Amino acid sequence: MTDITEAFATALHLLVSLDANLVEIVGLSLQVSLSAVALAVLIGLPLGAWLALFKFPGRNAVIVFLNALMGLPPVVVGLVVYLMLSRSGPLGVLGLLFTPTAMIIAQAILVTPIVAALTRQVVADLWVEYSEQMRSMGATPLGAIPALLYDARFTLVTAVLAGFGRASAEVGAVMIVGGNIDHVTRMMTTAIALEVSKGDLALALGLGIVLITLSLIINAATHTVKVRAEAVWT
Amino acid sequence: MFKLKTLFVAALLALSLGTATAPDAHAADKYITVASTTSTANSGLFDFLLPKFTEKTGIEVRVVAVGTGKAIKLARNGDADVLFVHHKPSEQKFIADGMGVKRFDVMYNDFVMVGPKSDPAGVKGAKMAADGLKKIAASKSPFASRGDNSGTNKKELELWKGAGIDPTGADNKWYSATGSGMGATLNVASGMNAYSLTDRATWLKFKNKGDLEIVLEGDPVLFNQYGIILVNPKKHPHVKVGLGQTFIDWVIGKEGQGLINEYKILGNQAFFANAQPGT
Amino acid sequence: MSGDIAMPAPRAAAATTLATAPSILPLRVENVCFDAGGKRLIDEMSFTLDAGTRTVILGPNGAGKSLTLRLCHGLLTPSAGRVMWQGAGKHNPMRRQAMVFQRPVLLRRTVAQNIDYALKLHGVPRAARGPIIDDVLSRTGLTRFAKSPARHLSGGEQQKLSLARAWATKPEVLFLDEPTASLDPAATHAVENIIDTMHAEGTRIVMTTHDLGQARRHADEVLFINKGRLMEKTPIEDFFNAPKSGEAAAFLKGELRW
Repeated sequence: MTDITEAFATALHLLVSLDANLVEIVGLSLQVSLSAVALAVLIGLPLGAWLALFKFPGRNAVIVFLNALMGLPPVVVGLVVYLMLSRSGPLGVLGLLFTPTAMIIAQAILVTPIVAALTRQVVADLWVEYSEQMRSMGATPLGAIPALLYDARFTLVTAVLAGFGRASAEVGAVMIVGGNIDHVTRMMTTAIALEVSKGDLALALGLGIVLITLSLIINAATHTVKVRAEAVWT
Repeated sequence: MFKLKTLFVAALLALSLGTATAPDAHAADKYITVASTTSTANSGLFDFLLPKFTEKTGIEVRVVAVGTGKAIKLARNGDADVLFVHHKPSEQKFIADGMGVKRFDVMYNDFVMVGPKSDPAGVKGAKMAADGLKKIAASKSPFASRGDNSGTNKKELELWKGAGIDPTGADNKWYSATGSGMGATLNVASGMNAYSLTDRATWLKFKNKGDLEIVLEGDPVLFNQYGIILVNPKKHPHVKVGLGQTFIDWVIGKEGQGLINEYKILGNQAFFANAQPGT
Repeated sequence: MSGDIAMPAPRAAAATTLATAPSILPLRVENVCFDAGGKRLIDEMSFTLDAGTRTVILGPNGAGKSLTLRLCHGLLTPSAGRVMWQGAGKHNPMRRQAMVFQRPVLLRRTVAQNIDYALKLHGVPRAARGPIIDDVLSRTGLTRFAKSPARHLSGGEQQKLSLARAWATKPEVLFLDEPTASLDPAATHAVENIIDTMHAEGTRIVMTTHDLGQARRHADEVLFINKGRLMEKTPIEDFFNAPKSGEAAAFLKGELRW
């Protein structure tokens, strides 16, 4: 029990004193995860919409595969990205290993399947409802994609939040491709892992509380805006 | 919808601003990547030593701290400029394989055996590590091993071999290989009230000792020698030879060696500098 | 309660606009068949639709009325036979048509934005859209809802919006699939008035309905369909007074099995 009370005390102290190290780590975590989510949205939204609207041989197999990718183990993704970005690997010349960019890439790979799979589901449902009217008005399935995505915006926000949750919670991928280098690639989750490995469980838990608090704030803010907007538009 | 869009756009803006600052600034600085071990990093030595080097030379040292096996792999792949670990046989193989330029001794610390205060295996009082291990095996007392191909792990397996015991058989339920770093393994040992082998520096700094204490130390075979190697630019042309060599020279030179001896954990000297003069 | 059913005044200008675009009528439907799920749902249907008349498609449930509309409009492709609009090779005939469904299909946007989207799809430049939107909203009595979320409107108002949206694109042919089946009498009346006005301004109407009274009041001819086959094409009064087919007679008496 004392570890837990010590943890809360530590978390409070860190937050109130705005510990410089903590601010740096939180800043990097947000930057990496938000960038990864932005990238995933850029790829996943059109990909999901396209899968929803266009039939091609093997489509069902692709959909099943995409859904399965949602459960990719982060550490495996990290390993594969490491092998790609290593100096001995195909993309080594880019020199991206152990940089925040590598971490963004790895997390984007984790988040894109979530965004794409959820987008596919919601756009497919919408198309069932809208296709006749939209085609009657002259829209092609391809041309209808922006309108469908906009119409599905509330569900898509939930998908994006789910993606963000996955990114900000994972440690396996960013540890391998980032290297947890102090002041360069140390994020909340890797910092927590480090403190655990040092046996400083109270500090680790304290950082964990900070991380959860951040996640709560982001989700609460998004939820409030979404619920208000949704009431108006649905 | 207006508010939702604003939130999204604001987030993206904050993002791009964030991306424009901090880590990209590092890209322009001089820096080297050093592959080292978690035990060395967790001892706090780097936090003490490296800022002084950076202050003097303006070169940032980025340490990737992983298990010895992983560190050597990173160096082999050219993902680091300098290798700084503590398993001489592996380091010599690294050189023999042409992956490194030259190996220099840097410092040593020692391993200690820790175990529950109640000492069910009766290890306390043994002077030789081999005796201690024999007692643990004979009494089938729980033992937590790193099992992760690290320098510590390799040392531990060599000690078992020296005692004529193979603890890794499936029947040996008292022997747990955690496949993790030193801290994680000590967490397991602490939780299970098990014996374990750890480097002294990590032990001094470890905050979750629980019921464990040092039960055996001082056997010369527990000696833990550190070596530093520049990754061979002939194999990996992008290696930062100049900056890397500057770092190595400093670590084995008067200033680095002096600072290594100065570093204390809880009032105790943790590492003993032993670079050969004139190398 | 539709207090805002001010009968919209016909636009002389609209008639000219419709006339200057190349006409897609008459529509020739030749031996059209439609199969689905291993069944033949439309069987050898042939008829011609000329300009000017208001056509209502009648028939029992499952006869194929909705299918016929969709085959003509181009939402479905015939399994055999041809649906031929005038000048189809040179331009897309669907552009000159519009369709309204029994349940209004509206996007999660404002009333005005829904119409704007339809205009955008028709290639109307952004600058020109505003006046058109204002115009059709005022003529359907929806002006005060322009900035409201479309889905907040009542069923009747939403259907009026569907019509306003169709009207904005100045269709030459308007298909309606049971447009008032879900509406109360007041909303039904308002919707019927809008349809009549659109017709008065030159839009050809093709509608399905179950409401025989509505058919009689608002149509010029009947296409009577039963079990996927066209039984007869008859002027409206002749159909109700002396239908040509036995099935039609039974249908009017409410005795036709489906």
